[in-house]
Amino acid sequence: MEVRSPEFKQAARIALQDANLQQALGNLKAGFPGKRAAAVARLPEFDQLRDQARDLKNHILEHLDLYLEEFERNVTANGGTVHWCRSADDARRTILDICRAQGAKTVTKGKSMVSEEIGLNDYLEAHGVTPVETDLGEYILQLRGDHPSHIVAPAIHLTLNDVATAFHEHHKRPRSDDPAVLMQEAREMLRKQFVAADVGITGANFLIAETGSTIICTNEGNGDLTQTLPKTHIVVSSIEKVVPTLEDMTLFLRLLARSATGQEFTVYNTLSSGPRRPGDQDGPEQFHVVLVDNGRSDMVGTELQEMLRCIRCSACMNHCPVYGAVGGQTYGWVYPGPMGSVLTPQMVGIENAGLLPNASTFCGKCEEVCPVRIPLPKLMRHWRDREFEQHLSPAGVRYGLKFWSFFARRPALYRWFAGSGNWVLRLLAGKKGRLGKLPLAGGWTDHRDLPAPSGKTFMQQWEARNR
Amino acid sequence: MATPRPRVGLFVTCLADMFRPEVAFASVKLLELAGFDVEVPRRQTCCGQPAFNSGDREDSAAIARQTIEAFDGFEYVVGPSGSCIGMLHHYPELFADNDPWHQRAVQLKARAFEITSFLSEHLDPQRLSGSFSGKVTYHDSCSGLRELGIKRQPRELLSNMPGVQLCEMEEAETCCGFGGTFCVKYPDISNRMVSNKSDNIRATGAELLLGGDLGCLLNMAGKLKRDGVSVEARHVVEVLADMLDTPPIGAEKRA
Repeated sequence: MEVRSPEFKQAARIALQDANLQQALGNLKAGFPGKRAAAVARLPEFDQLRDQARDLKNHILEHLDLYLEEFERNVTANGGTVHWCRSADDARRTILDICRAQGAKTVTKGKSMVSEEIGLNDYLEAHGVTPVETDLGEYILQLRGDHPSHIVAPAIHLTLNDVATAFHEHHKRPRSDDPAVLMQEAREMLRKQFVAADVGITGANFLIAETGSTIICTNEGNGDLTQTLPKTHIVVSSIEKVVPTLEDMTLFLRLLARSATGQEFTVYNTLSSGPRRPGDQDGPEQFHVVLVDNGRSDMVGTELQEMLRCIRCSACMNHCPVYGAVGGQTYGWVYPGPMGSVLTPQMVGIENAGLLPNASTFCGKCEEVCPVRIPLPKLMRHWRDREFEQHLSPAGVRYGLKFWSFFARRPALYRWFAGSGNWVLRLLAGKKGRLGKLPLAGGWTDHRDLPAPSGKTFMQQWEARNR
Repeated sequence: MATPRPRVGLFVTCLADMFRPEVAFASVKLLELAGFDVEVPRRQTCCGQPAFNSGDREDSAAIARQTIEAFDGFEYVVGPSGSCIGMLHHYPELFADNDPWHQRAVQLKARAFEITSFLSEHLDPQRLSGSFSGKVTYHDSCSGLRELGIKRQPRELLSNMPGVQLCEMEEAETCCGFGGTFCVKYPDISNRMVSNKSDNIRATGAELLLGGDLGCLLNMAGKLKRDGVSVEARHVVEVLADMLDTPPIGAEKRA
């Protein structure tokens, strides 16, 4: 996927003026945070579970190699195959090779952000394999030639009207604005695809080392059809999703649904443990797990390691006032919101994504709701440090900061500087007590007045009193 | 001989110093009321947060060392801002564990308090005697709320003032969009956030907005003024210390 993060500011301006998008974002704000809060309130031990989950994830990340190898051994023992892919390109090629070996023409897909990360759909399509998204949100996006704006609710940036229009154009049926009718339409369209597909590709919410299983947590059941009907099931997953045991998995399941949608549990929690065995009534003949690294192992042992605890619940973006103002596509790549502002620079380079970790007031709401207690503001600050070190911050910011810190590091000069600034601002404001315009401060005064100082600086007045 | 009163070093904060000295004077008054000797070390400037949040570790550390030295010897360091005191609490992160400055930063952190949380521990509320009367609403500034756990303290203090009627706003804990340099680096997004805040403030019917951080208050007051909303804004210590002679933030000077 093309990286459009350098255009964050322009995209934000457009997003803020897009009435349709703003209406859609209003729905998000009115939905997820309240549902999460209610679900959390019903589970008194929620915060203890968060501590446990954080500690368990830290343990896993300290022994990631061990658990991944155990996972591979057990997948193999179950009759499946694990493919280790260092890069996005490795992963795409591996998946295409499996599809080609099956002579696949169409593949059905469950929702998978990792497949977005590796740009799978465009790649398959360019090589003669047609991917069909079966998650309702992803299906709508595919019809529109659009991309996800949210990691759990990918089409959250669209309104009912947008969906009705897309279906009317592509399904060639009378237009309906009734969600139930639209749902039924999508069902009918997709049912044929489920049966026709040669390969089914799903993501995974967790990989279970002790059993060699993968699990998907969904609400539509499309993932189940995707992985049981075709002859070949490919799971594409990133490496940090491994957990030691089934019991460990249940800890994360309890946190995931509550944090994401405010459900106590997702509707379908489906484990896949290898291909069909003799006597099984259904299931694929082949089972492949494509493990994607794509920069993650480089994060192990660094300050960014904590980001690998992420279980992709989306609570950080659901509660983020910046995400809530501009929506996910403004971030310009696959992962939006606070978690995306930490991950994107790692995956596409800080030189391309520096605007993302800066687009935060550090209000800390994301960290407050994170089920695995990732210190997201601290990690965004980490990227600001790297950006500053590499002289990538805009020149105006760098020089402004150096000019300011020259004074801030010299108390006597600072007092003189503050006194002069204070005097100028009071002079300009006069009796009005505030400024409607100020040269070089358009960022402030374009949208709000600047209250003027109420008198001489405190230091000036304090010294005069205590002389 | 009377026992010497414990010494508090006032961390003025650059916004109080530059824009609203009354906030620092009100802090001094309240701390003295609580039984402390208040001093204002001359070697203090800014807490260094603009540098810290912009990735400039070298200047942040230099400013941190200067602040640590300026407040050496005080039993407490108190300031009228959750954000700036929160920054003082970040100082240990700026030094390696084996750096002697690290230990000094840890010691400063243990002595540094935001004013309302400090007063809620040390001031007998009976001694508050504010004259303000009317409806107020309170914005929870992010750093104070989430880094220092300040939520109930200012409200408890206000509840001891019979004239104050608190009307909570929707989303009191949602960021106002100030965010230090964020508000000028991302003005459009910041504007959306402060517009939402302004709507929530207006909906309470309060006549006065209170908060514990001048950055947020300047932002919200500036927006309310630009939009022609009649709600006035003050730092909470102005009401607690009954220092209401100065016009509210950004308001016309009285004739």
